[in-house]
Amino acid sequence: MRRRKNLRRRVRAIITHYGYSDGSGEYYITIDTDKCSGCGKCVKQCSQSALQIEAMLIDLEDKTVASVVEEHRKK
Amino acid sequence: MKEPSSVREEFEFWRWREYHRVVPGKKWTNRDIITAGVDVGSVSSKAAIMINGEAYSWGITRTGSNSPESAKKALDWTLEGTGLKVGDLKYIVGTGYGRVNVPMANKAITEIACHAKGANYIWGPSVRTVLDVGGQDIKAIRCDETGRVVSFLMNDKCAAGTGRGMEVFADLLQIPIEEIGAISLKVDEEPPPVSCTCVAFAKTEAMGLLRKGWSKEKVLAAYTRAMAVRMANLINRVGLEKELVITGGQSKNIGIVSRIEVDLGVKCLPMPNWRENGLDPMVAGAFGAALFGKALYEKAQKS
Repeated sequence: MRRRKNLRRRVRAIITHYGYSDGSGEYYITIDTDKCSGCGKCVKQCSQSALQIEAMLIDLEDKTVASVVEEHRKK
Repeated sequence: MKEPSSVREEFEFWRWREYHRVVPGKKWTNRDIITAGVDVGSVSSKAAIMINGEAYSWGITRTGSNSPESAKKALDWTLEGTGLKVGDLKYIVGTGYGRVNVPMANKAITEIACHAKGANYIWGPSVRTVLDVGGQDIKAIRCDETGRVVSFLMNDKCAAGTGRGMEVFADLLQIPIEEIGAISLKVDEEPPPVSCTCVAFAKTEAMGLLRKGWSKEKVLAAYTRAMAVRMANLINRVGLEKELVITGGQSKNIGIVSRIEVDLGVKCLPMPNWRENGLDPMVAGAFGAALFGKALYEKAQKS
């Protein structure tokens, strides 16, 4: 746990947006990789199974963060 | 791209040229940090080899049905004429849609990070917004002066407003893909955009417009207009910060580029002289991947 805390302080945020807008409205989800601890609670909570935990390279370190699963990204 | 009239009927208008090039006169030794980036996209596969973070050779091929094979084909082609072997490469990074299917890669990195890094390499530190128009998706990326991603938005897996959509239109209107941008600008007055950018439906709509007596140029302009609107929306969503650049195949589509510039009210940084210096915006992702390879290799050496 301690290591992760240190990591979080050093790593700068990447704001990731997924989604689209069309005639019926805007459908976006935004994840801040700095605030996301990669705990995976959101993955279990999501009734559409649209989220996953994924390793993302941030400042040459692999960080596990939540992201939108591939098939839910498409319009 | 002039073809004799006898084969004209079989001419595939969507076909763009595959190519590969090596920077002439550049030497390498085993002490150099030689890294490679392999960017397997949905439509094209790109590979780049860099020596100490400087472009050395690169190649673009069409992606086949088999990602590992496409990756190998792109890399083998890029190695051709360099005297290098796969074993000489200190670090290989796979990226793009098929990045998990690059068997020789030491690591897979998302194309978002690689495109930002690659754009930073091609155009320099003034780049803040990168629009990557790929074969199957569009990504709007914001980065800092080091090419590090700050935020991004992706519009995934929809051929609308992408390279693949343009290929379909090239075939439909029978215009060679390389000329499509210039031809879309040959209209006296910009027509309203087609109402639907979905490739499947836009085709039907385009046929309707052609039947109504619209010229090919006008139909193409209307479709390109619609694509540009979509891309401009994406950029506005992540927030536009100067300088703006476009990477991916559509960076070579002057019809798209000039319309985005009009919509956003900013000029993109001028296209590098890629035929001379090799800084091809289509290879940006592979360049970025090779640069990450260098950084990761150096990091591994230190620890």
